[in-house]
Amino acid sequence: MGKRVLLIEDEPNITEAIRFLLSREGYQVDTHTDGSTALEAVAARRPDMVILDVMLPNKSGYDILRELRADEATARLPVLMLTARGQRRDREMAERFGASRFMTKPFSNSEMLGSVRELLGS
Amino acid sequence: MPASGLIGSRIRERRTGLGLRQSALARAVGISPAYLNLIEHNRRRIGGRLLVALARELEVEPSALTEGAEAALLAELRTAATGLPEAAAESDLAEEFAGRFPGWAALVAAQQRRIEALEQTVAALTDRLTHDPQLAASMHEVLSVVTAIRATASILAEGTEVDPEWQARFHRNLHEDSRRLAESAQALVEYLDSAGEEGGQVGVTLPQEELEQWLQARGFHVAELEGEEALSPQELVAREPALNRARTTASLAAGWLARYREDARRLPLERLRGALRRLGYAPDALARELGCDLPLVFRRLASLPEPSEAARPGLVSCDASGTLTFRKPVDGFPLPRYGAACPLWPLYQALARPMQPVRALVEQPGRTPRRFLCFALAVPAGPVSFEQVPLFASTMLILPEELAPEDPAAPLLPVGASCRICPRGDCAARREPSILTDGF
Repeated sequence: MGKRVLLIEDEPNITEAIRFLLSREGYQVDTHTDGSTALEAVAARRPDMVILDVMLPNKSGYDILRELRADEATARLPVLMLTARGQRRDREMAERFGASRFMTKPFSNSEMLGSVRELLGS
Repeated sequence: MPASGLIGSRIRERRTGLGLRQSALARAVGISPAYLNLIEHNRRRIGGRLLVALARELEVEPSALTEGAEAALLAELRTAATGLPEAAAESDLAEEFAGRFPGWAALVAAQQRRIEALEQTVAALTDRLTHDPQLAASMHEVLSVVTAIRATASILAEGTEVDPEWQARFHRNLHEDSRRLAESAQALVEYLDSAGEEGGQVGVTLPQEELEQWLQARGFHVAELEGEEALSPQELVAREPALNRARTTASLAAGWLARYREDARRLPLERLRGALRRLGYAPDALARELGCDLPLVFRRLASLPEPSEAARPGLVSCDASGTLTFRKPVDGFPLPRYGAACPLWPLYQALARPMQPVRALVEQPGRTPRRFLCFALAVPAGPVSFEQVPLFASTMLILPEELAPEDPAAPLLPVGASCRICPRGDCAARREPSILTDGF
């Protein structure tokens, strides 16, 4: 109970739906929209996992993921990548940069919940 | 134009050169003047006895009337044969095939051209789907909104208790998103529609080809852009349906014509003609005399209005990747339409030695090898700065032997068109096997 999820996503209505969904399950959800300050947000909120969109304003989700993995403090932080393109290349990039999970938009709510539960081991 | 179409033009050229009347020549070979007129306008194919008779009356070898056309046809047949090796076409019999069944051979060649054009279209469309930023942005927008709608709608539809405040909020979001989805879907459909229309026109011929075809039809001379009363390039593009049907062609043409206009202003036709009469086709002497740079002289020489096709110099340009960016063909010097050309061309030598003029007497292979005096120079493609490494572009002027001045100092350089259809064995520059070496 009370595990913290940081959702980095710039589409407000997606954010709202996911926030509602996860909060109802008892997770504590923080949100962030800007790519360029995402790393600071992670450092400040110290979440138990991150849901990270690939297409963010000012900085790509892949770059953020790569920097998270390069930092000792966040190297093993569970990261669920969201992308609007299900191409093989995107999936491979996400895996190569160390994404824990990869999900293609539009996803179903049960898929989302299932992934979060699995990544947080709850 | 069918490959053998050139024969008629050559007959006409040779006949007028001799001062022979059409009716006199027709009588001499036993055909009606009307029929000869059709032949001369490339409306009738000829061969065999009539060709020999005409050649005799015109005091030339029959091959002089057919050579260039035949070589182009044979090259196309051989390309077609390599494209489908499993058909096991007897490429060593290509000449015999073309000679005995000219109509069928022309059909094969025309289909080969069509296949190449269609392959280009497919590549262009695939490219468009993968790399088109506008399409990618539209798709992303649609998928984002769909994601939001799906997530929100399923929260509401699950049937579990959602408190009224959240419920109202989600309904509002759904309404907002559905409107956004309608708009972005509409925009996507409009975009795909217009891309489809454009693709139908442009996909078959690339913008560069459309421009070149338009220029070809007017002998690469654009009278509207010459002199004091010149049109603006935009006006000209707006006037010419062939140039403004597709947005891509229009912008390419506007850029090319703007440079033509600028060239014409810097080196007016009459000045060039005057210097040409005194100095002949010597680009370096002309550049010195006229105070112009060499590429400008190359381009202006290639845009002189010349009534006879044989007297027209050719011109090719390439960018730093070696891709041909402009082609003004000249008879007997094949310029590949797609793919890379022969790396031995002075055009590429110049690219490897930027700012240094390169000249060579180039020999194209064939039953009767043809020689051309080529001049090339690579210069920075745009303004230079200390911040950026300059990008070079190379230009080569191709003078047929008839035009070229005696130049014993020019090194003789055997070249080809492109490896696949080049018969030269033992070539250090070869990058893929020739289909001809097997055939011979």
